Amino acid sequence: MTAAELVVEGVTLTAGARRLVRDVSLTARPGEVIGLVGPNGSGKSSLLRAVYRVLRPDAGRVRVDGADAWALPVRRLARTLAAVVQEPGAGFDLSVREVVAMGRTPHKRLLDGDTAEDARLIEGALEAVDAAALADRPFDRLSGGERQRVLIARALAQQPSLLVLDEPTNHLDVRHRLEVLGHLRSLPATVLVALHDLNLAAYYCDRLYVLRDGAVTASGPPAEVLTPALLADVYGVAAEVAVHPRTGAPQVTFLPPEAAGTAGAGPAPGA
Amino acid sequence: MTAKAPASAAARSGPSGAGPAGGPDRGTGGEPGGGAGRGPRGARFAVVLVALGAALVLSAVAGMAVGSVRVPPGEVWGIVTHALGLDRSEPSWSRARETIVLDVRAPRVLLGAVTGAGLAVVGAAMQALVRNPLAEPYLLGVSSGASLGAVTVIVFGVSLFGPLSLSAAAFAGALLTLLLVYTTARTGGRITPVRLVLAGVACGAVLTAVTHLLLLAGDRGNQARAVLAWTLGGLGGVRWGTLWLPGAAVLLGVGVLLTRARSLNLLLAGEESATTLGLDVGRFRARMFVLLSLVTGVLVAAAGPIGFVGLILPHVVRLFVGGDHRRVLPTAALAGAVFLVWADIAARTVAAPMEIPVGVLTALCGGPFFLWLMRRDAGRAAGRGVA
Repeated sequence: MTAAELVVEGVTLTAGARRLVRDVSLTARPGEVIGLVGPNGSGKSSLLRAVYRVLRPDAGRVRVDGADAWALPVRRLARTLAAVVQEPGAGFDLSVREVVAMGRTPHKRLLDGDTAEDARLIEGALEAVDAAALADRPFDRLSGGERQRVLIARALAQQPSLLVLDEPTNHLDVRHRLEVLGHLRSLPATVLVALHDLNLAAYYCDRLYVLRDGAVTASGPPAEVLTPALLADVYGVAAEVAVHPRTGAPQVTFLPPEAAGTAGAGPAPGA
Repeated sequence: MTAKAPASAAARSGPSGAGPAGGPDRGTGGEPGGGAGRGPRGARFAVVLVALGAALVLSAVAGMAVGSVRVPPGEVWGIVTHALGLDRSEPSWSRARETIVLDVRAPRVLLGAVTGAGLAVVGAAMQALVRNPLAEPYLLGVSSGASLGAVTVIVFGVSLFGPLSLSAAAFAGALLTLLLVYTTARTGGRITPVRLVLAGVACGAVLTAVTHLLLLAGDRGNQARAVLAWTLGGLGGVRWGTLWLPGAAVLLGVGVLLTRARSLNLLLAGEESATTLGLDVGRFRARMFVLLSLVTGVLVAAAGPIGFVGLILPHVVRLFVGGDHRRVLPTAALAGAVFLVWADIAARTVAAPMEIPVGVLTALCGGPFFLWLMRRDAGRAAGRGVA
C-alpha cells in the first residue's frame, strides 16, 4: 500500500439540465486525509462519483498520480483507487467474508484462485473495522452499521493508494466512528472523505474543502476554514468555534435560533 | 511511504488508540492459512458436487428405464456401458430394447440434462446481471421472444441459415426481448424488481399472443398442433442428430460463465461498487446478455420454453453453497440437469400413456415457488426497513 496523488482540475458535472458541480479543483497530496464538507445537495457525492469514475465530468479532469482516471481501464484504476459508496447492494446470500473478498478482484486474472495472501488481507481488513467476528455471517442479515464497516473492510482489502469514501460514518455508533476514522488516518493511503459531522472532519482531516451549490467556497486546514462567519454563510446557522483543550482540534457548536440571539451573553436561557 | 503528520498542531494519539496497528497490510490477522478463508461452505461445496454428480448418473439411468416399455435399470446400465465400449461381454438383451434405450431415450435424457443445466445457469447469471432474485428467462419474456422467433421461421418457412435457422431466429428473438424488457424496466438508472417482472410478463404476454396468432393464421393444419405442443415445452422427439447444438451452446455458456464468476459476484455489490472494484459494467452486461440469449434461444428451439427452472434451481442451490458464483454456477448446472431429467420422467409417467409437456410440470412447481420467494424477500426487506 502506497499513497497516490489526486488532482481534480476544474471539474463540472451535470445531470440533464441541472448543474451538480461547477469548476471544482481539489488536490490531495500523497498521504493526506482530505475532508469534503457542505450541506445536503452541495455536490459532495457527485464530485466523489466523478473521482471514482461513475459520473463522467462534462469539463475538467481527474488525475490520479498524473494519469487521467477516465482514460484508464476500469480495472487498472481499481488497483489504485477504492471507494466506499452509498449504494444498497443485495447480498444474494453472500457471507461477509465473500463480500470483503470482492476487494481482491481487481488484482486477479481470469481464473486465479484465492491465495493465502488474500485470506490474510481479508482477515486483516475485517479486524481493522472490528468485524472479524462477523466473517461467516450472511451479509444480508447485518445491521446498517455492521454493513457499513464490512464495506469499508472491502475497500481496505483492495489495498488502494487512494481511498474515496462517501459518508462512511453513516449508521455507525460513536465508538466505531472514531475507530474507523482513526484507522483511515493510520493508513499510508491518500484519503478523500465526505463527512457530515464537522467535528469529526475537523479532528481527522488534514485539510477541508467546503462545497456550496456545487462550488468550493473555502479550503484549507480545519482551523482556518471552520469559522463562525463561514458556517453562518454556508449552513445558514449561527455557530461557535472553539479549540478543544484536549484534542487541539476546532470544535463546532451550532446554535439553535432561539439560543443564537443570546450567544456571547453567557449560557442559553434555561441552561 | 508517507508518515502522516498530525492534522492540527496538537499532538494526537488517536482517540481509539488505534495507532499504526490493525492495518490490513500489517498482518495482524494471524495465520488464517490457505483454506481458512473459504469458510464452512467450501467443504460443503465439494460434498454437494459429488452427491449431485452421482444423482445425475442415477437419474439418467432411471430416465432411460422408465417408459411404455420398462427396461430394468441393470439392463440399461449394461446397454449404456456396452455402447460406450466399457463392457465387452455378450449382450443379454434384445435389439428392440437396445434401440429404445440408445436411440429414443438416451438422447431425450441428455437433452433434458443439457436443458436443465443451461436454464439453471442462465437463471443464476441473469439474477446477478439485473440484480433481481426474480429474474429468469421465462418470467422476463425472453423464452417467449425465442418462441416467437422460432415460430416465425416455421410458419414462414424462412431458412436463411439452413438447419440452424430455427435456433438463430430463437436467439434473435431472445436477445431483442431481453433488451426491450431491460430498457423498459430501467428508468433513471434504476431498476426495481417489481418493474422488471412486470415488464417481462407484459412483453411475454404480447409475444406469446403474436406466436399464437401466427400459428392460427399460418394454416398448416396438423403442423400447427405440433408446434403448439412445442410451445408448451417438451423434450420428446429429439434425435442424436439434433442434440449437438443445444449441447454445444450449454457447454459454451457454462464454460464462459464460470470464467466470469467473479465479475458476476461484483454485480451483487451494485453497479457503482462493481465499477470501483474494476468491472466495466456496461460492457460486461452487454456481452453477457448476448451469451444468455444465445443459450436460451438454442434451448427454446430444441425443447420449447420451459419455465421456472432458472428461477427455482439457483435459489435452492444458494441455500446449500451460498451466493458465490464460483460455487453457484457449477452446482446449479448439475442440480438443473438432475431436476429436469426427473421432471421429464414425471411428465412421461404421471398420466401415461398420455405425455404431459414438461413445461407444464415445471410451471406447476414454479408458480408457487415464485410466490413464496416474493413473500420471503418482501418480509426480509420489511424487517430491515429497506425498500
